[in-house]
Order: sequence, then C-alpha cells, then structure tokens
Amino acid sequence: MPAVLSEPFVSPAAGSVPSALAVEALSLSFGGVTALSDISFAVAPGEIRAVIGPNGAGKSSLLNVVSGLYRPDRGRVWLGGHSFAAVPTDRLAKLGVSRSFQNLALFKGLSVLDNVAAGLSHRLRAGVLAQVIGLPAARRERAEAQAKAEELLAFLHLDGVRDRPAGTLPYGMQKRVELARALVARPRLLLLDEPMAGMTLTEKRDLSGHIRAARDDLGTTIVLIEHDVGVVMGLSDRIAVLDYGRLIADGTPDQIRNDPVVIDAYLGVAHDLEAGEGI
Amino acid sequence: MTDLALEKAGTATVRRLSPAPFGIGALLIVAYGVLPLVASEYLFDAILTPFLALALAGLGLNILIGYAGQVSLGSSAFMAVGAYAAYNLALRLPGLPFLVDILLAGLVAAAVGLLFGLPSLRLRGFYLAVSTLAAQFFVQWVFNKVGWFSNDSPSGIVTVPPLSVAGLPLDSSAGRYLFALGVVTAVTLAVWRLVESPTGRALVALRDHETAARVIGIPVLRVKLLAFAVSSFIIGVAGVLWAFAYLRTVEPAGFNLDRSFQILFIVIIGGLASLRGAFLGAALIVVFPLLLSRLGEALLGGLFDSGVLEMSQRIVLGLLIVTFLIAEPAGLTALLDRAWSRIAGRFRRAG
Repeated sequence: MPAVLSEPFVSPAAGSVPSALAVEALSLSFGGVTALSDISFAVAPGEIRAVIGPNGAGKSSLLNVVSGLYRPDRGRVWLGGHSFAAVPTDRLAKLGVSRSFQNLALFKGLSVLDNVAAGLSHRLRAGVLAQVIGLPAARRERAEAQAKAEELLAFLHLDGVRDRPAGTLPYGMQKRVELARALVARPRLLLLDEPMAGMTLTEKRDLSGHIRAARDDLGTTIVLIEHDVGVVMGLSDRIAVLDYGRLIADGTPDQIRNDPVVIDAYLGVAHDLEAGEGI
Repeated sequence: MTDLALEKAGTATVRRLSPAPFGIGALLIVAYGVLPLVASEYLFDAILTPFLALALAGLGLNILIGYAGQVSLGSSAFMAVGAYAAYNLALRLPGLPFLVDILLAGLVAAAVGLLFGLPSLRLRGFYLAVSTLAAQFFVQWVFNKVGWFSNDSPSGIVTVPPLSVAGLPLDSSAGRYLFALGVVTAVTLAVWRLVESPTGRALVALRDHETAARVIGIPVLRVKLLAFAVSSFIIGVAGVLWAFAYLRTVEPAGFNLDRSFQILFIVIIGGLASLRGAFLGAALIVVFPLLLSRLGEALLGGLFDSGVLEMSQRIVLGLLIVTFLIAEPAGLTALLDRAWSRIAGRFRRAG
C-alpha cells in the first residue's frame, strides 16, 4: 500500500469537503492499447460532472474502473473516504455507488417494478427460507423495497408501466427504468454511461430534467458520459475532457467551450458551437 | 406517499384478469378427489405416477435453466443420487420416518449439485453444459462401481422397501400415486413461493444481465450456487419418487443420459421459467409416446414387428418436438396463454 495516499484526496474545487469521487493517476491498458493514462480528477459532492471526448477516448473504461469492472494497472480510486486499488464491484451498492450501462442492461424478463426493486437487493437481510415461508421480517423488507421502488416510478413518471416486462418497453423508457433502478437505493454517487444515447430531442430534455432533479431533490452526485455537447453544456457543473486516454481539460462549461485544446481535439471550430448548441 | 403506493399496488393486482386460482383449484380437486376413485391401476402405474416424478424433475431443472439461466445436462445424475440416498437411508437407518429420508435424500442431492455447480462460477453457456455432463457420467460410474450403494447386490438392481408413511401403508397403485401427488404439491408450492420471492427475482436478474446484477449488489456467486442446490434438491426428491413410487427398483442404468435429455425436453417443450411448463412438458413426454404406440399398433401392428414400430415412434416423437419448437419456441405455456387470451377476448366482446 503506497504511503503517499494515506489521506483522502481532496477536490481543489470543493475546498476542505472530501470529494464524492476522486481518481488518482489512473492508468489502464489492454494488451498494447492504452485506454487510460495517468488520469487524476475529483468530483465534489452534489456536482453534476460530465465526461466527454471522442469515441475510444477512454470514457467508458474510466467508468468501468470506478465501478470495479476493470482493474487499473496503476492508480487509485477514492469513493466516500475509502481508497481502492481495485474497486470491489460486489460492495459497490453498499458504498453508495450505482451506475447505468451504455447498452441497456435491464432484467428483461422482470417487470418494471421488480427491476427497480432489484436496485435494493443489497439491503435485503432475510434468508431464502424466511422468504419462502413468508416470515414477517422478510415480508416487511420486501414491502419496503416495493414501496421505495413505487416512489421512484412516480418520480420518473413510470407508474403507468409498473407491471410490464421491462424488455417490452420502448427504448427511451427502458433507459428511464435503468435510471430508476440506479436511483432507488438513493446512491451518493451515480455513474451514467451515455444515458441519452439514441434518444429523441424531447426524451433528452426530459431525462436532463430527471437527472437534475436527482441531484437537486435527492442530493446525488452525478458523473455522466454524454456525446451531445448541447445537453452537456446545459446540464453539468464541470466537464472533464478525455482524448486518447489522457485528461486534456477539466473545468466549467464556459472554460471548456473556450479551451483551444478541447476545440482542437473534440468540439471543432468555436463558431459552430455558438451557432447551434445542439450538435 | 408510501401508503398511497401500496394501495395502488393492491388495486393493480385485483384488476388483473387471472384464471390461475380457479384452474389450480379444479386441478387439485380432480387430482386428489376424482382420480383416486376412478383411475385404473394402469393409469396410476404407467402414466400418473411417472408423470408426477418427471414433472417434479422438470420443475427442479427449470429453476436452474429457466430462471437462473444456467445450462445443465446432468439432471438424471441428481435423480440417481436422491434415489440411492433414500434407499440407503431406509436400509441402514430403518428407524427414520420415510419423510425424513426424502428430505435427507434431497439434501444429499443438493450437496452433490452444489459441487457440480462450482464450475458455473467460471464457465457459462455451452462450456458449462459440457462440464455438467461430468456429473452425469461420474455419478453413474460411481453407482456401478461401488457395490456399497446397492447393498452389494450382484445385478446392481435393488428393490426398494414398500412405501409407508407414519405407519400408513401406501403400497397400492393409488397409494403410491397419492404419496407422489402430496410430495409434488408441497414442493411446487415452495417453488412457487421461491420464484415469487426477492431471491427468485435475483435468479432472473442473474440470467438476464449478470454484470448489472453484480453492480446493484446481488450476491451473484451465492445466488448461482443456491440455484444449483435448490434445483438438485428438487431433482433428487423426484428421483426418490421415481424409485419408490414408480419403479420400486433402483438401478444406475435407469438414470442415464437419455433421462437427463428427457427432463431437458420437458423444460424446453413446456416453457422456460414457468411452473406450469414443467407439468405440461411432462404430460406431453409421458403421454405422447404411449398414444403413439397405441396408434401404431392399431394401425400398423399387423404389418411390422414391434421393434420397427418402437423405432418409428421415436422418430415421430423427435420430429414432433422439432416441429413444435419451431412453431412455438416459448413452449406449451405460451401456446396455452395465447389460447386463453383468445377465449377471454371472445367472452369480453360477447359480454
């Protein structure tokens, strides 16, 4: 264990408040291909942080390292005051972290309600026999999980489809169910991998509203990968820009918009952006 | 807010049009009240009792394949473990009540199933299926090789003691049928409770998206092994019924790969992840060959010898299974659901 990182990593933006998420000198490569190279940044509690960059820049790899699906070659991840060389995915939910996936990752055979209630699996204490027999404790915790799931369905306007198998819903709605499943445990940190990919403009606007509401009403810190620069600029407090696995910029939307390095690597010529926000 | 949500949940359940309770009630009345009075010995011994044992095995395998999404080709090995365990318990610990024997036999099968479920933590799909074949061949080999299990019987075939529960002899055809029916009813009820429970939902979550299940905190390893254990327990109990209520003998050859495939077909034809499916599939697998053989004998009995007839029955059955799976990949359950919704729709229009 390196002695250098014995104290929680503190975000420069947040003053003395420990960050909700910090990564420190993360590097990851697959064979000879570098996915992440020496990436460090911190996300303050209650922040909406976007991660943008061209395809293959390492955005999804970053999220997979933070959720423990990939083990980094070097570097550490700080989550809620704990530091990890490799994040234990099995304990992710208990650490107050949840995530969505780039491609839909719903349990297609379960109803919408059961999908969302499954987001509380890590809180269930009753053993399988207690559940089968229907002991009061098992019944109570199940009713509680369902009630919380119902609240989330109402929050995201999904109550109309609560009993439908998740696999039968239209794409945009499935994305919203995934958000509900990620939010139902009231995570401190929510990681969203392209939550609006393939959505119509209206759906994007709705989902942006829901994401902002999750932060404002539930106090969730949000890290999201998104390609739609217009949406990102309007939604995020800060933006991190990746290119070829390196962090090339990290700042407020205004700073990013005018950063010559970012314009060069990703955004294109500046006046394009000003002409039409939603590229 | 919470109360409101719960109230809403109540009304939604009530509103759903469900034929299930009436259907199950009627089936139970027929199975417990009518059949024991009217059925012949042939019907009990050749159709109803093997149907119950195979349906139970199908139910057990469906937990693994249909719900948890783990493929297994070694089911009859666990039937064998259950059957031999119950035989040895009855032989060596005669003081134990038979119901305890069954429970213990199921637990032994569960332990063996757990062991052969360990590869599932690393393997999936086709590779896992091949590794479960190991269970099939290993278990059959052990029962052939180690004489202790069959009480050193020279032929390897042992006769099980007559069935009796709590001093009540159940050695008639109807008695053995009723005993099997009681066991199947109890286990089915427990399985229904299991698949409706959060743990049952976790099984499906595991099947549909293992990574997402892990991320939201479902203990994936534990749930997988639980699926193997529960599935093997039930298949083991089915093995006890097969040996004690149906055949009344035990021999390793009765639990070969053919039997494993038979159980697999029951699950696939009946419908994956459906409790009814196991019963529908078992009914088809048990009744259909008998019907075919009667039909074959009646129509062509004079023309061909019985060997040719039996072979052609197998071919016809195989063709029917293939045709059926192409026409309705979701199984008999889906077929029945469609038929029901059509009938219900007609009634609604009329009323």
